[in-house]
Amino acid sequence: MLMLEVTNLCFSVNQQPLLSDLNLSVKSAGMTVVLGPNGAGKSLLLRLLHGLLKPDSGSIRWHDQRLDLSIRQKQAMVFQKPVLLRRSVAANIDFVLRHCASNHHKTCQQILEEAGLYAQRLQPARLLSGGEQQRLALARALATSPDTLFLDEATASLDPAATAQIESRLCETRDQGVKLILVSHDIGQAKRLASDIVFMHRGKLLEHTDAESFFKQPQSQQAQAYLRGELVF
Amino acid sequence: MQNREIMQDFFTSFALAFDLIVQFNAELLEIIGLSLRVSLSAVIIATLIGLPLGAAIAVMRFPGRQFIDISLNALMGLPPVVVGLLVYMMISRAGPLGWLNLLYTPNAMIVAQLILIVPIIAALTRQIIEDLYGEYREQFQSFCLPMHRAIPALIWDARYSLITVVLAGFGRAIAEVGAVIIVGGNIDHLTRVMTTAIALETSKGNLALALALGLILMLLSLTINTMVYGLRLSAKHHAYA
Repeated sequence: MLMLEVTNLCFSVNQQPLLSDLNLSVKSAGMTVVLGPNGAGKSLLLRLLHGLLKPDSGSIRWHDQRLDLSIRQKQAMVFQKPVLLRRSVAANIDFVLRHCASNHHKTCQQILEEAGLYAQRLQPARLLSGGEQQRLALARALATSPDTLFLDEATASLDPAATAQIESRLCETRDQGVKLILVSHDIGQAKRLASDIVFMHRGKLLEHTDAESFFKQPQSQQAQAYLRGELVF
Repeated sequence: MQNREIMQDFFTSFALAFDLIVQFNAELLEIIGLSLRVSLSAVIIATLIGLPLGAAIAVMRFPGRQFIDISLNALMGLPPVVVGLLVYMMISRAGPLGWLNLLYTPNAMIVAQLILIVPIIAALTRQIIEDLYGEYREQFQSFCLPMHRAIPALIWDARYSLITVVLAGFGRAIAEVGAVIIVGGNIDHLTRVMTTAIALETSKGNLALALALGLILMLLSLTINTMVYGLRLSAKHHAYA
């Protein structure tokens, strides 16, 4: 079933196009990974899909509905550098439970226990390690009970152990029926997690196919070069 | 020789001042009490107005925002005597607010100090909240947090920095003399505060009382600054600031 339909999406800054005529259809299940070299417009696409930025033209429809507040309230996003409130670990979760989660089913304690952060609940969030901070950011995003979760290179600055913890949590989340759309530079991670791949280059969508086909037989020269680890121009 | 006499006078005055303080001189306590009452009232009201105002200007986009911003910055350097004069004209018997009978009362002094410190608190708050909002903006947008929830959250998270702002307002209020002397009149047992008393006692040659008041004013400032410094240090240590 189609969940997301993007048509002729354009976005520019100072008349310089950063995304041009992007068309995309995404199914409601699984994990969509957006791949591409730096400057391809991956993070920008995520922000547009989540409504953090407004496109110059084109349309974004979720479940055949225009992207509006009611849709956005069912989405959550985890950023590359976790933005944690200047409060304790528990207060960060409490904040979203009070203000952002209209239909949450879990208590702060349950959420922190699931994230493996209950022992640190009284610590200032900003004193946690990088991996713990990102786990807290993920737990906080999931506390809002989203039906779509965006992750913008959420494991980019983490060590393999911390990355594995986050990935395992993402798989659990996917299995619970939450749609995940993540931007990653890590080809290994994309191979492990992706159900489908969106490959972008210089603000254009070059390929969108299931993960297996993409890694077996990428269609575009840029995707082939990217997978070989070459510089893509 | 003359210098030596001046120094002797100074030390005598200092000793007298110390005596007045340790003996809890009633007149001295009355003046200190009124000073604190007036300035703390002005600071509390100014904080209630200035913090949300500054935060709203930092976060919201509306026509005239830049004008308000520039005006607040300009009003930070408002000359106290001008404020005193304007408040005097408003609350004097012939003025539009004369019916309130505020002239030569502590309430008039609170109003004058309020006008002086609201721009300071609002302008400094705007700067601090704008910086913090730069960090939180995308996350708050992602949370779909409405402004009426974002602003209190930002004020709460910036609370340790904002204490310094409130302190700056208090410093300006307690040290202010020009406006309060015009609207308060420096009336004994009614509107005499530390700064106006220092001016009066110095002109009368009563240096001991003037010096005692000056010492207390400095002691007060030092105590509050030390407390705030400790608070900020502890906040930084715990990564809240």
